[in-house]
Amino acid sequence: MSELAALLEPHIPALRRYAWALLRDDAAADDLVQDCLERAIARWHLRRRDGSLKAWLFTIQRNLFLNGLRQRTRRGAHLGLDALENAPSDEPPPDGGMGARDVLAGLALLPEEQRSVLLLVGVEDMSYGEAAEVLGIPVGTVMSRLSRARERMRAYLDTGRPAGLRRVK
Amino acid sequence: MTDERPIGEDDLHALVDGRLTPDRQAVVDAYLRGDPGARERVEADRAGRDALRDRLAFKAREPLPSRLRVATLLAERRRRLRRAATGVAAGVALTLLGGAAGWSAHAWLAGTPGSRAGGPEMAAVVANALRAHRTYAVEIAHPVEVPGSQEAHLVQWLSKRLGRPLRAPDLQGSGYRLVGGRLLPAGSGPAAQFMYEDPAGARLTVYVETGTAAETAFRFAQGEGVSAFSWIEDGFSYVVAGGLARDPLLAVAEAIYRQNVEPRRGQAPL
Repeated sequence: MSELAALLEPHIPALRRYAWALLRDDAAADDLVQDCLERAIARWHLRRRDGSLKAWLFTIQRNLFLNGLRQRTRRGAHLGLDALENAPSDEPPPDGGMGARDVLAGLALLPEEQRSVLLLVGVEDMSYGEAAEVLGIPVGTVMSRLSRARERMRAYLDTGRPAGLRRVK
Repeated sequence: MTDERPIGEDDLHALVDGRLTPDRQAVVDAYLRGDPGARERVEADRAGRDALRDRLAFKAREPLPSRLRVATLLAERRRRLRRAATGVAAGVALTLLGGAAGWSAHAWLAGTPGSRAGGPEMAAVVANALRAHRTYAVEIAHPVEVPGSQEAHLVQWLSKRLGRPLRAPDLQGSGYRLVGGRLLPAGSGPAAQFMYEDPAGARLTVYVETGTAAETAFRFAQGEGVSAFSWIEDGFSYVVAGGLARDPLLAVAEAIYRQNVEPRRGQAPL
């Protein structure tokens, strides 16, 4: 079964990077990658041979991540899925106004769908078509999410706050 | 020839991502020379993207932990499937077999008196079904020849090769989805194997071969982590095999039997 290893293993470093960027926790990220690889091996015969293996693996991993979010939501407060996915993470931004702002803190302020599009396109070097496949949306929607995500990231790096978030008075 | 479409927001993102054709990039570069605001935005987006890549690069450079190696995952998967197979039934069956080391269909049948209809021929059928189960149930890349998504085609093909109308049992009620099926060589002609999978990836197979007209009751066999029920009914020999305990496997066998018998009694077309 070294053929399977030869096909899968080149993608594992990128899957770990994406998982860690979403979860920011070493063990939880590797748990997610392990779940993803187990699922990929169990469903190996179902993959489309003419499709992008990379996009297929990232799709599995992102769906597992979202399922995990939903489960945590169900166990926790009665937040709707949308509220959860669109809520910024609870990580506080570093003190605004001085020095270089941390791009990871800026990323954490974005909703998951914008975080994922920045990561898949900007870090994982996916084509817009591959990102559309992973996110399950049309390419046009990838472009508009990318646009919103970059706008907010620019604003964060510039001012310490993402655009579109009102200052709490 | 240059590309004269108006410059849009998408062009600026594609520039940041290095996804413009050289011609288009020349047009966009020329446009940016006359629009310092847009140029600044592109530069800020590039800087943001590069910063993100730099901050995350360490993770992709870390050596793979052994639990994420494909060889480890495959070994763990095999171990898990085997463990699922050796439940309560293992002890029961081995006791019944008088502590026989290993299992063979002949040994099992020899100890089953009054089974003329299920004689040596049936023992060979069961042995063949179990060989096929062990060969293909663990297969990762090509578990079946025709996938369950083409069930109609699969059933038509196998029916044609076996010379009698067949059907793929519906095991959704037992929690198993049809993975697909394949044609197998058998004693006197070809046999059919349908493969099923539960949501956890545990597989069972249903083996069908044309044979004698006699009918038999369900017979249980077990060994090397695989349990099987076999029976002859309406000229077909059936063997359902999987890594399950006796009782859940019996429930599956009964579900298949009911599906085969009920349409006939109700005069419904097969």
